[in-house]
Order: sequence, then structure tokens, then C-alpha cells
Amino acid sequence: MAGEERIYPVVPATPGSEPYWEGANAGKLLLGYCKPCNKSYYYPRGVCPMCLSTDVEMRESKGTGTVYTYSVMRPAKPVYVIAYVTLDEGPSMMTNIVDCDPSAVKIGQKVKAVFKPREDGTKIVCFTPA
Amino acid sequence: MSTKGKAYIVGAYEHPTRKAPDKSLAQLHAEVAKGAIEDAGLSKDDIDGYFCAAGDTPGLGGNSFADYMGLRLKHIDTTDTGGSSYLLHVGHAAQAIAAGKCNIALVTLAGRPRSEGVQTGTNPRMGNPSQPDLQFEFPYGPATANMYAMCAMRHMHQYGTTAEQLAWVKVAASHHAQYNPHAMLPKVVTVEEVVNSPMVADPLHRLDCCVISDGGGALIITKPEIAKSLKRPLVKVLGTGEAVKHQMGGQDLDLTFSAGRWSGARAFEEAGVKHKDIKYASIYDSFTITVIMQLEDLGFCEVGQGGKFVSDGNLISGVGKLPFNTDGGGLCNNHPGNRGGMTKVIEAVRQLRGEAHPKVQVPNCDIALAHGTGGSLGTRHVGGTVIMERE
Repeated sequence: MAGEERIYPVVPATPGSEPYWEGANAGKLLLGYCKPCNKSYYYPRGVCPMCLSTDVEMRESKGTGTVYTYSVMRPAKPVYVIAYVTLDEGPSMMTNIVDCDPSAVKIGQKVKAVFKPREDGTKIVCFTPA
Repeated sequence: MSTKGKAYIVGAYEHPTRKAPDKSLAQLHAEVAKGAIEDAGLSKDDIDGYFCAAGDTPGLGGNSFADYMGLRLKHIDTTDTGGSSYLLHVGHAAQAIAAGKCNIALVTLAGRPRSEGVQTGTNPRMGNPSQPDLQFEFPYGPATANMYAMCAMRHMHQYGTTAEQLAWVKVAASHHAQYNPHAMLPKVVTVEEVVNSPMVADPLHRLDCCVISDGGGALIITKPEIAKSLKRPLVKVLGTGEAVKHQMGGQDLDLTFSAGRWSGARAFEEAGVKHKDIKYASIYDSFTITVIMQLEDLGFCEVGQGGKFVSDGNLISGVGKLPFNTDGGGLCNNHPGNRGGMTKVIEAVRQLRGEAHPKVQVPNCDIALAHGTGGSLGTRHVGGTVIMERE
């Protein structure tokens, strides 16, 4: 079961991405949303990667999805589970699956967002079995 | 404009070192350049085009290295796509030569991650924060091994690929490495030894991973008239292809295939040859799964059937239908600078010249393919394919 937890490093936000990290710190997962395409995308950015429109915004995700794939990093201390989760809104994102037995994670498993502390005390989104 | 037949590889050299604590990066580049120039029967001042990857030539990618080697150049290209860079350089050199921008091109790769103690596979390496994806990915611990492991996990789930099938790739590479006196891992291994080696990143075991080595390699590429005036066997560039694969904002995530699906098709189209014509293939083998996916993507077997294709020694020279990586590949021989594209071209050139080790030389090897992937199959990468013919 979950023992020692990973300490999440802080990578500085870039101009335009601050709202994503402010959202994460407030317990919200924000996706990019393109108004012309009417589609969500991840990671959020100032242009839509599908049509290059700048008529974009960030919208809150429900924070639910399924495990597309994963791997358990065995030599790491603590051991951690990296994964891609396909969100119910459509896009997939890289994340960690936490608060569970790493060996029990499965492809297709339903997961939900949970927010974990970073080195500076602010938060980052991870996922845990729903 | 097609570059089919417009360029020949006339020099190829792989540095014999696998650990070089006493040599600088620039010295390794210079030594492989010297080796390839001498292999071609040329001299330094014949070189008028230089191709290198910015990632292993710090100092504005090539400026400092051209200076170190005293190259007098009229064309320079520092395209960096990671380990596939040197496959792209073959195509770019052919284009530059065909366009008259240079006559004799040098391509170099070198690196010393082993001496520098880089934990390539298991330690996530922090990049430049201006890399736009970094803040959204690096915190989650993407190393090299777990990125490729996620591809393997999904491939197994989707197609029923097994750990034993992955292991066959390593077994085949080890059968070849036993004849290479420079190979880092010359011992023949069995499927059981691979699947019983320690788990690194589920489902990849330690022996599913390539070596970490110092060293490098170089190529000399030139136009037909010059190639025919030299004394080396003629290795003609028939077709090249490149392609970029990413995730389109998380909309297109599919980790079961690589950019080889597109770069391979482009190279085959330009070369005008079929898969049955390919007598030997160098396939980038950062991990065992890398080979299985790329064989599918290049069209050597059906999608999802790569595991079955590589089983039972099908990649072993003299045993199977598609001899691959007869130098032992990155899995057993050499992965200099964590960049495997260069050695892929070099072993294909050896095969076409009939200069591979006699125990692994493919008889009548007239057409060969080299393919590689740079970046990460687990995030975003560039595939490069080169098809060559002995004339």
C-alpha cells in the first residue's frame, strides 16, 4: 500500500500557464478549451493545437477518467506509478496514480483527480482509483 | 525532388571505446571524424559539409566542433531530433549534395554518458523550463525506461504481446554481440534470463533495456562522381524518410505505434523497393519494445503481430527471415551518447559492403534498411528511415 509519498518538484510556470497552477492549488484540474473546435485539449496552451486558434480558454475538468496505460518505476525510492489517464472530456494526460497498491493498477481502471503537495507547498493533480 | 541515387555513403566508422573517462566530447567527435575520413580514403580538407546534432555538440551545435576539427565548410546542418538525428542527417546530406550545396559531407555523433554517470533510463532528467510540455510532465517522473514501458504495457494489453516475445529481441541481439569484440554485453542470453532479470519499469526488465556507453561514430556521404573515384564498395542512398509523432493536445494519444509508420512509408516510396527486397535491417533498439513496434510500423509484419514476428530467432542472422542489428545493437553492443541512430547506419553499411563479422554477414546483402526513433515513444518523437543499396 501507499507508504512514503513522492515529493513533487516545482517546474516554474511559463507566461500564460499561471492559471493552471493556481487552479491546481485550489483543487481544480484545468484543461485547454478551443471555442472554434468546441474541444478540450491538454496541456493547456495559448493556441489550439488542432486549429491554431487563439480563441481559447481554460475550463475545469470533472477530474474523472480511465487509465490508458501505466508503469511502475521499481528502482525509484519511493516506487511510483506513472500513467496516462484519458479524461472523460476526451484528452489524455500524463500523471501519477497514487494512494493505492502500485501492483494493483490496471489499464481501463476508473480514476479520479486528487491533489498532492509540491516542494513549495502548492499542489499538483494526480489520480487515484475511483 | 527525389534524392534517389544522388548520394553515396563512402565512409563509416564506429569508435571502439565503450568507456572514455580520459577523452573529451570534442576529442571523441574528432576521432570518429578521422576514422570515417580515413575509411573513405579522403583527407580532412575534402570535407565541405558538416552534419551534427545540437544535443551532442554544445557550443551552438557545430560551431565549436567545426573549429575543434579545423573544418572548412560551405554547408552546416545541426538538426537535432535525438537518437534519430543521424538517420535524418543522411537524408539531409543527400539533399544538400543533390542541390550542389556541398560535395563531401561529414556526420558525427559522440557522447560519454557512462563516464559522466548519467542514469539514462531510470532518472528523469530536468530540461529547460521553456520546453512547453516540461511543467506538465516532468513532475510525474518520466524517465526513459518508464516511458517506453508504458508503450509496452499498452501493446501487451491491446495485442497480447508477451514478456517472452519482448525477450526474443534481446536474445537475437545477444547472439550477434558474441562475435563483436567491442560489444559491451557479448554474452548470449536466453528468454528465461531476460524475463527473470530484475523489473525496472513494469513490464520492462533490466535486460529489455539497452546499454549506456561512451563513444560515437561518423559517416562520409558524397555525390556519385566522387564515390566512384574512391576505392570503397559503393553504398547508394536509395530512399529516406522522416516523420514527427506527438499527441495533438492529448487528442491523439496512441502509444502502440511510432513515427516509423510514416517515415518508413516515405523511404520505401522514394527507394522504390519492397519489404521482401530488404536483406538486412538495423532497427533502433533502445528497448525491446522499440524494435517490435518499429517492425510493425515499417511494415515488416502486421500491426499487433510484432511479438510473434520476432519470436523463435526470426531476427537472428542465418536463422531467421529478417537479420537485424548484427553488431549486437544498442541492447548489447553500443548506444553512444544515448543516441542509437548512427550505429544503425554504420552496421547497415558494413553489411552492404560485406564487412560484417563472417558469423553474422548476410549473404548477398544488396539492399538494407536503417531506422530509428529520437525523443521518446512515450511522449513525442521523430522517426528517420534510410534505405541503401550496394551497387
